[in-house]
Amino acid sequence: MAEPAATTTSEAGEALLSVRDLNAYYGESHVLHGIDFDLRKGEVVTLLGRNGAGRTTTLRAMLGLVDRRSGSVKVRGHEIIDLPTHRIAHLGLLGYCPEERGIFASLSVEENLMLPPTLGEGGMSVEEIYRMFPNLEEVRHRTGMRISGGEQQMLAIARILRTGARLLLLDEITEGLAPVIVKTLGRMIGDLKQRGFTIILVEQNFRFASRLADRHYVIEHGKVVDRIDGTDLENSMERLNRYLSV
Amino acid sequence: MATSEQTIGRSDTRGNGINLVLWAILLLFLLTAPAYIYTVFAMQLLCFALFACAFNLLLGFTGLLSFGHAAFFGAGAYLAGHAIKVWGLPPLAGILLGTAAAAVLGYVIGWLAIRRQGIYFAMITLALAQIIYFFGLQLPFTGGENGLQGIPRGHLFGFLDLNQPLVMYYFVAAVFLIGFLIIYRTIHSPFGQVLKSIRENEPRALSLGYNVTRFKLIAFIISAALSGLAGATKSVVFQFASLTDLHWQTSGEVILMTLLGGLGTIFGPVVGALTVVSLQHELSSLGSWVQVVIGAIFIVCVLVFRRGIIGELARLLKTSSM
Amino acid sequence: MDVMMRLILAQGMLGLNNGVFYAMLSLGLAVIFGMLNVVNFAHGALYMLGAFVALILSSYLGPWIGLDALHLGFWPALIIAPIVVGCFGMLIERTMLRWLYKFDPIYGLLLTFGIALVLQGLFSNYFNSAGTPYPAQPESLRGVVHLGFMVFPKYRLFAILFSIVVCFLTWFVIERTRLGATLRAGVENPELVQAFGINVPRMITLTFGFGTGLAGLAGVLAAPIYSVSPLMGANIIIVVFAVVVIGGMGSILGAITAGLALGLIEGMTKVFYAPAANTVIFFLMVIVLLIRPAGLFGRQN
Repeated sequence: MAEPAATTTSEAGEALLSVRDLNAYYGESHVLHGIDFDLRKGEVVTLLGRNGAGRTTTLRAMLGLVDRRSGSVKVRGHEIIDLPTHRIAHLGLLGYCPEERGIFASLSVEENLMLPPTLGEGGMSVEEIYRMFPNLEEVRHRTGMRISGGEQQMLAIARILRTGARLLLLDEITEGLAPVIVKTLGRMIGDLKQRGFTIILVEQNFRFASRLADRHYVIEHGKVVDRIDGTDLENSMERLNRYLSV
Repeated sequence: MATSEQTIGRSDTRGNGINLVLWAILLLFLLTAPAYIYTVFAMQLLCFALFACAFNLLLGFTGLLSFGHAAFFGAGAYLAGHAIKVWGLPPLAGILLGTAAAAVLGYVIGWLAIRRQGIYFAMITLALAQIIYFFGLQLPFTGGENGLQGIPRGHLFGFLDLNQPLVMYYFVAAVFLIGFLIIYRTIHSPFGQVLKSIRENEPRALSLGYNVTRFKLIAFIISAALSGLAGATKSVVFQFASLTDLHWQTSGEVILMTLLGGLGTIFGPVVGALTVVSLQHELSSLGSWVQVVIGAIFIVCVLVFRRGIIGELARLLKTSSM
Repeated sequence: MDVMMRLILAQGMLGLNNGVFYAMLSLGLAVIFGMLNVVNFAHGALYMLGAFVALILSSYLGPWIGLDALHLGFWPALIIAPIVVGCFGMLIERTMLRWLYKFDPIYGLLLTFGIALVLQGLFSNYFNSAGTPYPAQPESLRGVVHLGFMVFPKYRLFAILFSIVVCFLTWFVIERTRLGATLRAGVENPELVQAFGINVPRMITLTFGFGTGLAGLAGVLAAPIYSVSPLMGANIIIVVFAVVVIGGMGSILGAITAGLALGLIEGMTKVFYAPAANTVIFFLMVIVLLIRPAGLFGRQN
């Protein structure tokens, strides 16, 4: 496995996350076969690949949501591979937005927003969040299932911004949403990057991801098979299309 | 829920040498038991073994946990007892009547309980069996707290005197064997295969076009009828039917026998019944400690011994069906 | 007021008295079931344990530890017993139940059945099965109140009101507070709640402790009314199961309402046809199964 060379494309920052030889299993099936990647503070990277390649599992394995895992995941210098799931978010200042959004149907919008515990300093206040997502304030007393898909996606992101998380794991946030909402989400990610958040995007929508990311990792069969810098994207399109085409 | 320990019980039907050995032991035991154990005890054992096998058909092979099987055992006992004692029916007719009554009761209770699944099914059967318990306590012919006493054993086919211990014993052994064979045949029939597929994966059985409710109900009725047969036979052996036969603790004991012997195994319930009934005999002088011991065995079985005696044995011998 | 009406109201009050115990127990079962997906068969035995803790505090603890003058009365028991029972519950969850979550929920039911047998057997060895009267009913709650249609023991009225308050508070905490929101979220998607940084295993232990604590509390409240007997739990748990089937286990409010209503109905049945009082709840369960198999407040799934 090629050790990623020191990146030249992004501004030098401290290594925030490094994943080495991450293996993960669901029951008997071995899903990740040694994932490696790095992330510096303030970077946005994407995990690209076909369905079932192991992108979502990579996020879940980092959080300890698989049956078994091995290798190394270091966030801000802490090794988290052996920690129980509930301690990982606190130690790594991790915010997780799962596939399908994970909105709780039995909770109101506001309860959903207030659910994740505070992890550290510097989270957005509820007022700030409602300023950023005015729609959510309007529907805050409805239950989680009685708001639109776009609103659900906003809520799923908003609730982790409240906690003071600095590293955001966002899984397929554009899936099933109208183009106009995808555009809004794009602006929002840009905004979050400006504010210094570090972000991993798992994406199908390559056009959405390409404009935002510093770097792309291509995952196939539970391994990182390629790494493409954001600036190098034009030249690599053909390669990428080959990876992603069915 | 498809891996081996996660579903309740499991086996397949490959016959093999070990099975033959177990059959031989069972038949030998049936023939010779009175030579080395107390006859009444042997008969009690066989009645409970039949009860546990009938129960296992439901839990082990269909995946339905009934917490009310005492209702069928007791109903069989009371009805057979009443028919023989008050109506003067011959013993075999009384026993068959008790069995039929349990089957009808099984139809009613099963028809109601099958509307819910899993854990609710267990609670519903428990509650419905409690109705039968209160009937046993309150109906005019049941003898209330005292139960039904002094049931005459009579003559089988008019000439075999069941008051002779050995005659009685071989009659019970025959009843057991017939019941056991019915269960064995059921499990190994196409019908039994469908039951097992319901146990493994009910939605899939449904999508294959099986009328799952109907299959469950038929299994429930067979199980209830054979439980009734066991109860009816027991009432002739001991010449009484009592509220204990209907009590929820009896329902619990039959679960334990099956669990301890091995869910979904063929010979497990027999071994389980043997163990539990012997234990109750050994500890009978200790009063309520019996209950503590039974409870503790339950806990141990559930926590670390979910395969049961025969299930573990089968694993050690690496066979899939015993 | 005519005699019949008085009789109905009087039996209704007594029925309500049973009903609050059904409500508290089915509430505890529902809370536990929601979080753990386990039907706690030991719930009745823990209710019995609560009553026995109260009895032991008042009559046995002093002599056991050599302080003959020590008699802890009703009020201390009302606090201590639920805590003792709740801690015992948490011990059960930590040491035994925890290992069964990955298996069929039936195993949880069987395990707790075994625990119920052990508890019942143990207390049967040391205490009279026919029951021991609880001697420490508080002075301030002796006597009767005139309700207009009947005189009613002051203590029973207290037990009814106190239980209803406890049920309401439980409902309030679960449905209207942040803590409750976390619990509901944990029921819905424990994995995600865990990923947010909440210690779900601890939450499960505490929930089981709370549910069993409620059973203990019901036991203390019942002690001065019924005599304290090793069998008191077994007798009530089957009725409570029927209540839970009728109410549907998905809903907190459903568990409370069904408990109270069925207690009332059971009481009324004593007026109209006493022999059916034992079984009326089971027959109502049959009717509910025929009309609404998921239970009156349950979600069909």
